[in-house]
Amino acid sequence: MPPIKMRGNGAKPKNIKKTIARLLSYLGMYRFRFVLVLVCILFSAVAEVAGSLFLKTLIDDYIAPMVGQVNPSFLPLFNAILMMAGIYVVGIVSTFLYNFIMVEISQGILRHIRDTMFSHMQTLPIRYFDTHSHGDVMSHYTNDTDTLRQLLAQSIPQVFSTIITVISVFVAMVTTNIPLTVFVISFVVFMMSISKKVGGNSAKFFIRQQKSLGSLNGYIEEMIHGQKVVKVFNHEARSKAEFDSRNEELRQNATSANIFANILMPIMGNLGHLQYALIAVVGGALALNGVGGLTLGGIASFLLLSRNFTRPISMFSQQINAVVMALAGAERIFALMDEQSEADNGYVTLVNAEEKDGALTETDHRTGVWAWRHPHQDGSVTYTKVTGEVQLFDVDFGYEENKIVLHNVTLHAKPGEKFAFVGATGAGKTTITNLINRFYDIDDGKIRYDGININKIRKEDLRRSLGVVLQDTHLFTGTVMENIRYGKLDATDEEVYEAARLANADGFIRTLPNGYDTEISGDGANLSQGQRQLLAIARAAVADPPVMILDEATSSIDTRTESIVQKGMDRLMKGRTVFVIAHRLSTVQNADTIIVLEQGRIIERGTHDELIAQKGKYYQLYTGAFELE
Amino acid sequence: MMKRLLGCVGEYKRDSFLAPLFVTGEVILEVIIPFLMSYLIDQGIQVGNMQKILQWGGILVALTVLSLAFGALSGKHAARASAGFASNLRRKMFYNVQEFSFSNMDKFSASSIVTRLTTDVSNIQNSYQMVIRTAVRCPVMLVSAFLMARAVNSRLSLVFLAVIPILGIGLYLAMSSAHPIFERVFHTYDRLNRVVQENLRGVRVVKSYVRAGHEKEKFNTVSDSIYRDFSRAEKILAANAPLMQFCMYTCILTISWVGAHMIVGQQLSTGQLMSMITYSTQILMSLMMVSMVFVMIVVSRASVERVCEVLAEESDLKNGEDPVYEVPNGSVEFDGVDFSYTGNPDKLALRGVNFSAAPGQTVGIIGGTGSAKTTMVQLIARLYDVTGGSVKVGGIDVREYDIKTLRDEVAMVLQKNVLFSGSIAENLRWGKENATDEEIVHACKLAQADEFIRSFPDGYQTHIEQDGANVSGGQKQRLCIARALIKKPKILILDDSTSAVDTRTDALIRKAFLEEIPHTTKFIIAQRISSVSDADMIIVMDGGMVNAIGTHEELLAQNAIYQEVYYSQQKGEDDRATD
Repeated sequence: MPPIKMRGNGAKPKNIKKTIARLLSYLGMYRFRFVLVLVCILFSAVAEVAGSLFLKTLIDDYIAPMVGQVNPSFLPLFNAILMMAGIYVVGIVSTFLYNFIMVEISQGILRHIRDTMFSHMQTLPIRYFDTHSHGDVMSHYTNDTDTLRQLLAQSIPQVFSTIITVISVFVAMVTTNIPLTVFVISFVVFMMSISKKVGGNSAKFFIRQQKSLGSLNGYIEEMIHGQKVVKVFNHEARSKAEFDSRNEELRQNATSANIFANILMPIMGNLGHLQYALIAVVGGALALNGVGGLTLGGIASFLLLSRNFTRPISMFSQQINAVVMALAGAERIFALMDEQSEADNGYVTLVNAEEKDGALTETDHRTGVWAWRHPHQDGSVTYTKVTGEVQLFDVDFGYEENKIVLHNVTLHAKPGEKFAFVGATGAGKTTITNLINRFYDIDDGKIRYDGININKIRKEDLRRSLGVVLQDTHLFTGTVMENIRYGKLDATDEEVYEAARLANADGFIRTLPNGYDTEISGDGANLSQGQRQLLAIARAAVADPPVMILDEATSSIDTRTESIVQKGMDRLMKGRTVFVIAHRLSTVQNADTIIVLEQGRIIERGTHDELIAQKGKYYQLYTGAFELE
Repeated sequence: MMKRLLGCVGEYKRDSFLAPLFVTGEVILEVIIPFLMSYLIDQGIQVGNMQKILQWGGILVALTVLSLAFGALSGKHAARASAGFASNLRRKMFYNVQEFSFSNMDKFSASSIVTRLTTDVSNIQNSYQMVIRTAVRCPVMLVSAFLMARAVNSRLSLVFLAVIPILGIGLYLAMSSAHPIFERVFHTYDRLNRVVQENLRGVRVVKSYVRAGHEKEKFNTVSDSIYRDFSRAEKILAANAPLMQFCMYTCILTISWVGAHMIVGQQLSTGQLMSMITYSTQILMSLMMVSMVFVMIVVSRASVERVCEVLAEESDLKNGEDPVYEVPNGSVEFDGVDFSYTGNPDKLALRGVNFSAAPGQTVGIIGGTGSAKTTMVQLIARLYDVTGGSVKVGGIDVREYDIKTLRDEVAMVLQKNVLFSGSIAENLRWGKENATDEEIVHACKLAQADEFIRSFPDGYQTHIEQDGANVSGGQKQRLCIARALIKKPKILILDDSTSAVDTRTDALIRKAFLEEIPHTTKFIIAQRISSVSDADMIIVMDGGMVNAIGTHEELLAQNAIYQEVYYSQQKGEDDRATD
């Protein structure tokens, strides 16, 4: 077999050996069944070879002696055919078994890989999702898994079946006639070299085809999604021209790629016929000269054997492209699985607590009182009540190394205070909140939550203590009820209604066709922006966390809905420490502290009245907003 | 439907005709080869005649070379035909989509058009290649191999008549019981994709609420159902290979047994026995292929339907006869305008709208969600046609203009706006292809975009990612405004285009409009009162109708809706404190 090697393949796996080894290790999970598969493949292949050899026996040992006999006995032949039928039955059953078991193995492995991939993805840091496009990640679950399915279900059994068939046919050929075997082998080598050449060309153009297909599809996607802009700008002619040039490029590459792929089959097939004819000629010559005791039956067997020898090889060589692509896909899947999980060295956990005589005790039922459980090195455990005090000390942070976006941020939010961040897009408002719930880790400085360094708090518990209502609401497919319950999975229906009422969402939910059981499709596309926000607020309300982070929506909701949303938010804020990322100055005026950010630095802080009195940036913003009145 | 589709074969008719022709030639040669082989064996090897061996061997070699040439030619023409056909199909679809009006676009979703142009066309391309090659090859092979087998020995060929139905029915049963399961799996796949996609998009929500476990459960449920269905369907198909072997082995054994009797009885030669065995392979293999082709065609039928829908769609906006090629000025007049998205006068989205704006005026539009603000301004650029009444620009009904002329003069910044991958300058030149650098900078200064563009390391050459993913919402909106300004339109429409821009910049943009493009008529849809309060005229929309028209002062004094909006924005705090 030729080595799996291709030239100039863009989708080429980087480390074939490692990827194959890893795939085989998955097969290891099914080692007994896989051994059974191998045994069945062996039986199936041997039965096929036996069939080819049987022709020799049939012609030489049964038919030839009987020819000319006056009253030939067919009983021995009948027995031989019966025996052959028995072998065939074993072969057929084996074929069925290995195909059947292989389905279980390959589907099982695929499910395992899918599930592992997804559950690993859940552990990845936000940074991963920032740096990988959704489309790319999605393709691991679709395209890459799909090629892998073909590899596991078809190519792997085929590899083994090819190896076993080729070896057994080789043995059978050698025992029949060595010179003819040499001839067949050299012919196969000749066929392989041609196939490699054509296949190589095919692969080359195939890659070009994929590239231009990608470029055209990307263009189509962009233009169609922007079609209304195209119309508004009379851009049709130019977009057609660009389309034509990419479409033509694809046509040319697709034609070339398909020509090579299409002619490979007739070439291999007809070279098979050629080999067939040549074996008859060479075999005939050998038989006439009495070389190696070749009989007519021997030649007949050889004709079939040579087919059995060539066919799997040529079929497999046509599949090498697909195999290489599948390996590249597998490698990408493994790369996702190998991504570093979010590091978490926290050991302080969040527990339900009861407060008696000023002392906190841990309890296993929900009390509404939360405590940080802080185990110490000496084995003792202390409890700190969760109050929602958050302090930042000289925090520096950059999404990329050497590109600091937050400088020396220091702030102190006391329990129950409302903190508002104001500033231009990119000033670092959202970034600060992302640091508090440890979506990102700070580069320098310290963040304390109830006096505890947040690095010591287990991330899950830290996040559970922080409620978040984001700008983009992100609902999930399911009912309204399920979406609100996302905040607290074991919430009773009553709790959900309560949260919805608090969030001011109950009113509109009841006007929906099925009330709380209304199905939300996609990302809440059948709800208005304002309604989605109300659901997101209700979702946070049902979670009932001591600290809230609210990112106001920038997108336009009409004023009436906005005031409904705002009321919901206000009720949600009551009694909690709240960080508000504000986009409208009107909503921050009652904040205990307003932080004005500019290019990652706090430039002003204070209450609305203090800042107005300062006549600084806030004052400018505030007056600027209303100067045209 | 098929006729429309096949019309796209166009200049590749010749290739589409030659491919099946050559493949037929190849098949006929391929079935002749085993026939001649029996002569080589019987007249050559069996009787030890080297000359006959060489003679028949020579002929066979010549035929294989010829067959190879036919096969290769067929492959070449099939590739040219199918790639060309697909290319024509894509072009025709894309061109047609370019002619779509907004209402056509609304009918199909953008992503469904993309799928039709990409995946569906690829499916059709593959099927087409299969139809002109494999779908010809297999039946021809099946029939001619059987006829040859009959010619060699008609009694022995009866075995095929017995076996073909077994294999045919078996394959049919397997395919028809597995196919619905596969269909279901594909739907389940959609569900899996949805779970992953929602998880990716909402990753911050998932992490904030610590719901990884819940998400995994959701995923595993779907993943399990895929596992079960796929396993079931593939287990059914696992019967195909052994069924094929069963038929093949039955043929071989029957031919061996009956053939042996015939050879002994001098009715059959050894060579003919060999050729019968070869024919059984050819017949059964091609039957197997026929069933695969059949499945392919069934699968691609849905693609054909989807593609044809796009091809059949006709734009409902067309230039009238003798269109007007010049817009005299930027005045806008709505005269009793009714509009319905479905064209149904009983379901009006816009009802009895009357107003007129003089050239250079600024018109503010305020109103709640669903009050038809966007609907109304879209009629100015004739993105839709009115259902009743008329919209006049420069005193002429918009339907009388050449559409291109009208849209060149009416610049719209859409609410859902889009930037395209390419440099900032390239994006801006959408407004005017040959805009000079000065014009671009000027437009950006008006839109308050120049400053942030210059702060980028590459300035105006900064690469914008698809859909402006690498600029902030406010920056994107300002770039979109600049792109519209470059057109130097007579009418400029901003549909809530500064919602993500901070109030100060918003004010600067409006100030620049006032000073720099005083002769352009400006329509500004906004949520913030501050964005429209300095307009010459403010239209308050409510439920698809004009509620009031007036200046800020007038409306503030008289209009309830306007007052409500105003006070909720001004005095939001007091409002809520009393709640």
